[in-house]
Amino acid sequence: MLEEAKVIAADKVVVRFSGDSGDGMQLVGNIFTNVSAGIGNQVSTFPDYPAEIRAPQGSLGGVSGFQVSVGTNVHTPGDSCDVLVAMNPAALKQNVKYVKPGGVIIVDIDSFKESDLKKAQFQTLDPIKELNINCQVLEVPVTALTKAALADSGLDNKSVLKCRNIFCLGLVCWLFDRPLESAIAFLRRKFAKKPAIFEANSLVINAGYNYGNNIHASVSTYRIESEPAKPGVYTDINGNTATAWGLIMASEKSGRPLFLGSYPITPATDILHELAKRKDLGVKAVQMEDEIAGVCSAIGASYAGNLAVTSTSGPGLALKSEGIGLAVMAELPLVVIDVQRGGPSTGLPTKTEQTDLMQALYGRNGESPVCVVAPASPTDCFTMAFEASRIAIEHMTPVILLSDAFIGNGSSAWRIPDADEYPEIKPHYVPAEKQSEQAWRPYDRDEETKVRYWAIPGTEGLAHRIGGLEKDYTTGAISTDPVNHEKMVYTRREKIARIADDIPQLELIGPADADTILVGWGGTYGHLRTAAHELCNEGHKVAFAQFRYINPLPANTAQVLSGFKNVIVAELNTGMFADYLQSKLPELHIERINKVQGQPFLVSEVKEAVKNIMDRHNC
Amino acid sequence: MEQNTQQYAPSDFKNQSPVRWCPGCGDHAILNSLHKAMAAVGVAPHKTAVISGIGCSSRLPYYMGTYGFHTIHGRAAAIATGFKLANPQMTVWQISGDGDGLAIGGNHFIHAVRRNIDINIMLLNNKIYGLTKGQYSPTSDRGFVSKSSPYGTTEDPFIPAELVFGARGNFFARAIDVELEVTRSVLAAAARHKGTSVCEILQNCVIYNNGIHSYITDKEQRANRTIHLVHGEKMLFGTEKQFGLVRDGFLVKAVTVGQDGYTIDDVLVHDAHTPSNFLHQQLAMMDGHDLPLAIGVIRDVDAPVYNEEVDNQVATVRAAKGFDNLRSMILAGETWEVK
Repeated sequence: MLEEAKVIAADKVVVRFSGDSGDGMQLVGNIFTNVSAGIGNQVSTFPDYPAEIRAPQGSLGGVSGFQVSVGTNVHTPGDSCDVLVAMNPAALKQNVKYVKPGGVIIVDIDSFKESDLKKAQFQTLDPIKELNINCQVLEVPVTALTKAALADSGLDNKSVLKCRNIFCLGLVCWLFDRPLESAIAFLRRKFAKKPAIFEANSLVINAGYNYGNNIHASVSTYRIESEPAKPGVYTDINGNTATAWGLIMASEKSGRPLFLGSYPITPATDILHELAKRKDLGVKAVQMEDEIAGVCSAIGASYAGNLAVTSTSGPGLALKSEGIGLAVMAELPLVVIDVQRGGPSTGLPTKTEQTDLMQALYGRNGESPVCVVAPASPTDCFTMAFEASRIAIEHMTPVILLSDAFIGNGSSAWRIPDADEYPEIKPHYVPAEKQSEQAWRPYDRDEETKVRYWAIPGTEGLAHRIGGLEKDYTTGAISTDPVNHEKMVYTRREKIARIADDIPQLELIGPADADTILVGWGGTYGHLRTAAHELCNEGHKVAFAQFRYINPLPANTAQVLSGFKNVIVAELNTGMFADYLQSKLPELHIERINKVQGQPFLVSEVKEAVKNIMDRHNC
Repeated sequence: MEQNTQQYAPSDFKNQSPVRWCPGCGDHAILNSLHKAMAAVGVAPHKTAVISGIGCSSRLPYYMGTYGFHTIHGRAAAIATGFKLANPQMTVWQISGDGDGLAIGGNHFIHAVRRNIDINIMLLNNKIYGLTKGQYSPTSDRGFVSKSSPYGTTEDPFIPAELVFGARGNFFARAIDVELEVTRSVLAAAARHKGTSVCEILQNCVIYNNGIHSYITDKEQRANRTIHLVHGEKMLFGTEKQFGLVRDGFLVKAVTVGQDGYTIDDVLVHDAHTPSNFLHQQLAMMDGHDLPLAIGVIRDVDAPVYNEEVDNQVATVRAAKGFDNLRSMILAGETWEVK
């Protein structure tokens, strides 16, 4: 069951710039504030100067800071920041305490040499470890990149170094989608009498912005807070890490070793990073030569008897299609994780969307059904990665997990579960009485569930051959028989359909006697549930349902939804789930709320849209 | 590789399925050679997996009594890599043709060789696409006329050995389908080698490219146009072993022993185990025209094996950190308690 979740701070971000008093932190803070105000944000700032105007360079006493909160409902500069820019070790040391869990720290790694660390009184050469920093640290060679950007400017070294702050401003503008034009206009006014300095700063702000673009830097400006109702031990977790850990839990619960075959792609790469670290738990995570090799190595590992996974984003899923089809045909367990981003093609790599649903459901040649599930929140990534693995192993099928950039990067407090909170996963092994080559054929299946058995290579008596060619229902030999093929097509389809008996029912949240139900799937859960809840509080009766299992749909879907006059499907695409749901339940009256801007919903806009639909229908 | 004291017969590696290749296809002989090589090596059938892509030769797993997976076009090397990593006790064979392995699967091929994953790649080279009925392949010679190149190709082919050396390969051997004993011995050597082994087997397609290797396989001339390299033995060839390979500056040349001042002492001795691939590459590039085509094991050098390195790293990290399970790993990080 999903914990209640609230999206908070969705509408504001806090940035803290810090450096030496000569580093120009007040200036970049002011520019960022003005740029944000210029695009309609409310702002609140907090300049934090050192007492000494000229404290020794790089010393703790000389750190200057500027904190700004921008967005809506901004009343204070914030108690803590989402992003900290630290130009040197002293700034990092003085300001790390202000960073929120899950925040991002940007440091100029060029100013973290041994002598710099000494000035800031660090005891070791690893300030990150010494300060016990747990959040994302972007180690950016700001000085070197600024120098490179100004190599042909003719400026002297001192003037060049004075532009480092503007590089950081460019990077922060990238992170928060701030238009450079207005920042540059501000610089033009500021340096009206020094055109060379203006030109230099203009080059450098672009260099910083482009750097963010090039490294696909991203920061989640949203936190989804669940109520820590249950006592227990908590940690802060983002969706990609939760996904990785859910897979490890499934490996522990199934007794099958975990294998990841992957290829770097934004915004899914952190899953590869995390599982690569988890060699300490016996995980084998390999970076293959391309996306296709990622899925194919996983298919090989699956045939070999592992819990096999590949992780990617939309473009990679496209490349993996043929491989997934092979796993459908060979009826092998396979978990495919798609952390969705804006598409089509390269699209918006760092932005969130729900536009891969149709690709996941239908993007393969032939009649090729797979199970599709979608986590609702960062912490739900753990549960649904576990579920994807459970279904794959127990039902001998590929399962596609549709995460997205928003929940993949977004973080939340998470109660660390005890191992016994998750069920044992029972691999569908060849039963003992069938364990000989005479008694067992590779496409023998449990007639109840239509699931074939998994024979682990290395087992004596179970040597067998499978493959992508159609097989005879009974003997498992290659078959081109027309009637047999049709029977196999329906068998594979039925196998997926019957997973509905093995997943939780759809849960109705809110007033059951409402006429209107808001329906969502995947990472929009926090916003949609909050919107439904607030609408109810404001006197509009709106129920809510979240689909975490998409193919097959929960068995009670028709029963739950048919009671509502209006079924409003809200999603970050042009209506893919609405179309899918309509195809499964033609009798439903479905209304749609859609947004395809690479950005999450705002609670306020969902509420408005729901009210408009309700007004139209006089609910 | 796991050696088994039990003795196996070639028939232990066969199954009952009828073999459906064309009569006279070179694949029949290669299949027989593989069964014999597996019996000679002695790894149990249930400890053996044969993985293929798509193409005529890729049907081979269906004719094996081992574990087998007939997969998709070009991807066998990637699938075999995942298989071996996941289940390293298995001996893994990959069967690919020249189209499957070097065209659509070229990327996976070079990366498998580069990593040195412990799989045995059989590359059956008939210089044609047979299953799709006769198009030129990436190993077809320039000017080759086929259904998709009616006026002759306008591109140069890959030479498989050159790709293997370019990808820093450590085992390369060559055989000809009609020479069953050489094929058997080469495949057995490939199986015994740790790391990626590539065996190029020149194979005749009777339907779409009949006689493509006839210059080499010609019974009258074969002894003069090929040289069977054996580690530690003199590089001699010819019906009477009257020819030998000698150093010629940085290159090698063929001479008649006893003529022009060349004696048997001048003839090179094959060293397949020397780490430098300089001479290996020259030997592998000989094509039967100016110099004889080399068959046998040309290069067989020990190097770090990818799957073993992965396993060792897992063991080392586990020993150093020693988490029992996921929960203990998480609890070792930053946490707080809600009561």
